[in-house]
Order: sequence, then structure tokens, then C-alpha cells
Amino acid sequence: MPEDTESRRRWMGILARASHGAIQARLGAAPALPPHTRLRGPETGLVMVRGRAGGDGAAFNLSEMTVTRCAVTLHGGNVGHAYVAGRDRQQAELAAALDGALQDATLRPALMATVIEPLAAAEAEAVAREARKAAATRVQFFTMANMR
Amino acid sequence: MAYVAVKGGERAIGNAHAWLAETRRGDTTLAELEVPQIVQQLSLAVDRVMAEGSCYDRDLAALAIKQSKGDLIEAAFLLRAYRTTLPRFGYSTPLDTAAMRIRRRVSATYKDLPGGQVLGPTFDYTHRLLDFALAAAGEPPAPAPEAPAGDTESPRVTELLSREGLMRREDDATAEPADLTRQPLAFPAARPTRLQNLARGDEGFLLGLGYSTQRGYGNSHPFVGEIRHGTVTICLTPPELGFEIEIGEIAVTECQMVNQFHGSRSEPPQFTRGYGLVLGHGERKAMSMALVDRALQAGDLGEDRTAPAQDEEFVLLHSDNVEATGFVEHLKLPHYVDFQSELEVVRRMRATATLQPEQATP
Amino acid sequence: MMRPGFTAPVENAQACFRAVLDAISRPGRVQILTLGLTPPAPLDIATAAVLLTLVDAETPLSHDAGAEADSWLRFHCGSPMAAVGEAAFVLATGKPPALAGLPAGSEEEPERGATLVLQVASLEAGTGWRLTGPGIEHEHRLNARGMPAGFISEWAAQRGRFPCGVDIILCAGDRVAALPRGTRIEEG
Repeated sequence: MPEDTESRRRWMGILARASHGAIQARLGAAPALPPHTRLRGPETGLVMVRGRAGGDGAAFNLSEMTVTRCAVTLHGGNVGHAYVAGRDRQQAELAAALDGALQDATLRPALMATVIEPLAAAEAEAVAREARKAAATRVQFFTMANMR
Repeated sequence: MAYVAVKGGERAIGNAHAWLAETRRGDTTLAELEVPQIVQQLSLAVDRVMAEGSCYDRDLAALAIKQSKGDLIEAAFLLRAYRTTLPRFGYSTPLDTAAMRIRRRVSATYKDLPGGQVLGPTFDYTHRLLDFALAAAGEPPAPAPEAPAGDTESPRVTELLSREGLMRREDDATAEPADLTRQPLAFPAARPTRLQNLARGDEGFLLGLGYSTQRGYGNSHPFVGEIRHGTVTICLTPPELGFEIEIGEIAVTECQMVNQFHGSRSEPPQFTRGYGLVLGHGERKAMSMALVDRALQAGDLGEDRTAPAQDEEFVLLHSDNVEATGFVEHLKLPHYVDFQSELEVVRRMRATATLQPEQATP
Repeated sequence: MMRPGFTAPVENAQACFRAVLDAISRPGRVQILTLGLTPPAPLDIATAAVLLTLVDAETPLSHDAGAEADSWLRFHCGSPMAAVGEAAFVLATGKPPALAGLPAGSEEEPERGATLVLQVASLEAGTGWRLTGPGIEHEHRLNARGMPAGFISEWAAQRGRFPCGVDIILCAGDRVAALPRGTRIEEG
């Protein structure tokens, strides 16, 4: 996978997991996004989630989930896409507009610094906090070996 | 079956709906229950409605619970009905439960295993004594303690046994799985179809069946190899992009049940597994599903199929609570014509029996 | 540059669905769509609207409309592309494929018969073919210009397979008419 696609996948994932409010709050400090027109959506639909038998065997259909998608064209010509879990249309449109803007090399550094990286940091902190709470419930067995 | 078209009752129905709305709200001097409160404070009810409604959306499930006055089967029905109004965007990449961000992970087969035993937010060690402190609104509880997390990997327990050759490997089928929301159930059902059916099946029905396998109805000696609960990332490859993207996370519970297998002509004695995977935090359902999944493999493994839990038509055709409630509850709808004809038949039979008593017994 | 789809997706799709429903219920009657849609060549407004309304990620599509229409259809309909023999919808803007080569469904599942969306030069009611059958009280007349030679005999041949068969939605400009598989066609 080309490096460009890899970094695009990363910001699309971060935007998909951030709430509309969190993205909007970050945009306050960012350069204004170029205007966009809606190409498709925002619209809500379903994705069928698949699992694997035994965790590693044949795929099976587990359940659907709601997903909202949006595609926009920026007035520079870039097309921005978003597929985000849930039914928040504002989040999907904002994520699509940001995806379009982030493909523009002149806008990318500022948007990465003011929007994407802070969202990634907040997400990492929430993940770490949960991991620490889980770690606090890890059982330490008393055995002859460690009681001595 | 015949139904009779009956007109009228419209005003009665309208008034019944109005009374339903009033009783749903209850005493208006009390604060109204808000959907976010249900999402936060009745999260296991939300999980169950999502699993049985077969649609992951916490807010919708909470709304359905509020609308159904807490009748969880009715709520699952509402969620199923809602999902039919939405277009299908596609299928996710099969989720990777080995990469789960773990909130809870326990094994009953190994004490010391890589990643350890993580209890998570569980009822297991509570004393089941009613906590009257909860009846009085008070201060929120103190934040849960934290401990350094480190970088622990938690490989699957089944993998440990598989590596020794003591666990039957899963068939690595690459075929496109059938989808019960698109193709009706047909028998014999393939394992992916069975698992989809069980994952959306009624928790109570699966619990009863799972219990029956332990009590001797089906030859089962299960151990919980592992239960894990946490969040997994959902990936999708939209055709217009052509590469895989992450679209969010969902919470799931997975159960790997390890069962003895005496071996057959083609296979040595080894362990086999039953598998359970459900939306949200649903250990009882995941465990029951794993027990029933293993029981349903009896045919594939060449074991005798004698118990109800091993009969796939019996299990799969009766597991869906939305279907079941529809068929059971339709009995209360007007059957006036059906019953009139039955009434006539019974009257005629009685009349004949009174006239010719000795001919009643040949 | 990707052209947009419906300007008001819900209202437009509902209006178009209603028009297609009326067209199929009354075979040969011409429905007129009033939609602001700017589809890529060679798609007419009616053709594009019918596809946007009926085709989605669960209906494999086969078409002959070229590269620009291909990416537009993939994007807005989200449909997988398939060979003619495996498609749920077949779009023909040029010479249509033989009806016998399209999925016709089975006795158990006749609904799996394909729908052929056929773009023709013009559609005019009141003259031309004489249509009879379900949904037609006495007779409907339909003049579809640009139909391939031998179509009437091909259509007559598929009637022997009923309930299996192919349904046709005819599109020209902003006009839509339909030939469901139960309709009889005679030259006018």
C-alpha cells in the first residue's frame, strides 16, 4: 500500500472514531476548510459485520450495524469520503470535508497538527485509561512460588 | 388458516394507543427517562436488544427500550423493523477478536496464561444482595482504580491447544457465507448460517438449550477455554475507494468452549470447540451459544444426534424471538371464522355421538 | 469530475419509484419524470433516474455505457458489476443482449429474473405496438423507436418460460414505460 494511502487510512479511521463535537471543537483552531458540495449523502445505511467461526475459521454474518457515509467535492477538485459508525450525519459530512482537504498537500500539515493529531492523542489517552482499569482487575495468584 | 376481515374498532385502537402512551410515561411528577440515561445506565439491556435485534446502534436500542416500556423482545422487534428501512452498504472484513481491546478475559482451563485473567466489570463475585444504597440517589461512585497496563498480548487459549495438536482446527473455508437476512434458512444448514442464527437468537432459549446439554441431553463435557469482552475495530472496503478503512468500533463478547471428543475413524481423540460471539457484553448468551454450537456439530463429527440441542431444525427454527413472538402472539388476533367452523364440527360430532352411541366405538 | 446524483435523494427516488411502479402496473403507458439530474453521457435522465432508484449494493449490474457512466454508476448506485448472465439489472444503451442470455429466475424463484433497462430513441403512447395482458383493460399502444430487429419474436419466445423471464423498463429522455414479462406484444 502506498504511503499516501496509509496516512489517509489513518486519518479516516481517527475521524470515524471521533464524535462530531470533538472534531468541531478542534476545527476552531484550524485554518478554514475550503467550501465543498455534496456528491452523495450524508446518508445512513447498514454494514453487515462478519465474524469467524472459532475466531479464526470460516467467516459468518454476525449482525448489522448502522453506518453513515458522505462524499463531497472540494472546490479544488479533491473528493473526500467518509464512512462512520452510527447515524451522525454532521460527523460524516465533516469527516468527508476533512478527508478532501487533507488530500491537499498545502492544507495537510496545519490540519494534521490542529485536528488529527489532537484527536488521535485524546483517543490514545482514553484507550490507555481503559487498559489501566482492566489491568487493575488482573488477578495476581498467590502461589508457593511468590508467597515466599 | 383463514382470517376474517373485520372493520371497526378504529376508535378503540386509537384510545388504546393513547392509554399506552400515558402508561409509558407513568407519573408525570417524576422526571422522564431520557434515552442517554438508558444507554449509560441500562447498558446490558441495550446490549441484549442490539444482539437480538441484530443491529448495532446503542441509541436506537435505547430508544426501542423506552418505547417498549422495557419489553426487550418488543424492543428487538422495533429495531428489526427499523433496520429494514435502511440500505445495505456492504459487508465488513471479518473482525479479528485476537486484536480485541480487552476489558475482561477469563479462562477456566489455564490459571496462568499469557495476558492473564482480567476480571473487568463483572457481577461474578458480587453477593447478590440487594443494594439499597442504589435506591437513594447519591454521590457517583469513585473512579475505578487503575494499574500500569504494560504491553500484554492475550493470544487465544484455543491456539495454545491447537499448537500441541490437541485441538481440532477450524475449517479454513473461504466461501462467501450465506446471509439469513437475504436467503431463508434451508437444511442442512452450514456452520456460518448456524452461527448467524444463534448470534441473533433469543438468550433465554439458548440458555435453556445450553443448560440441557450439561444435564445429559447431548454428550457434552464443556470447559470455558476463554471468555473475552472488549472492543474490536470494524473495517470495510468501499468499492469507490478500493482500500480498506476503519469505520469505527463495536463491543463484543466471545466465548470459546472446549469440549472433549472421543475421536472417530478419521480423527484421533482431541478437543473440539463450540463458539459464541455476541454484540455488546453478553457472557451468558455467548456461553449458551457456544454450548449449542458445539451440540449442533454432532452430525459433522459423526456423533449420535439424540438430544434437542443437537437437532438443527428444532434449534434454528425456534431460536428467533421476533419470529416466535409473531407466531405465538398472532393467536390473539381474530380467528372468528376458524373458530366458527371448529364449533360447528364439534357440535355435529356431538350430535352424531348422541344419536348413535354404540357406533362411536368400532 | 464526478457528476452528482439526485439533488433530493429521498423525494427524487420516491417520485421515480412511483413512476416505475405505474409504468409496470400499466404496461405501455408512458410516465414522464420531472427531475433535475445531469447524468454522464450516454445516459438519459430517465435511464439514470431508474438506475439510481432501483440499483444498489445488492443488485449486480451489467451495462454497455462506457467508462464515465461506469464510475458514476459504481459510485452512486454502489452496485457490483457483473456479466450479463449474472446481473440483476442489465442496462443497454446500444444494441441490447439477447433476452435468452439474461437470468430468467427459476420456477421456485421467478423474482430472480433480470430487469433490462433499455434506453431507446423515443417513447410515444397511442401508436405502434398493440399491448395486451395483465394491467391492460383492452389494449395499450406504444411506439418505442430504436428497438432491435427481431425483438417481438424474442419477446414471444420468452413467454413460454412464464413465470420465469425478463422484465423490461424502456427509457427515452425523461420518459419511462415498462414491458413486464406477462405482457403480449403484437406489431401495430
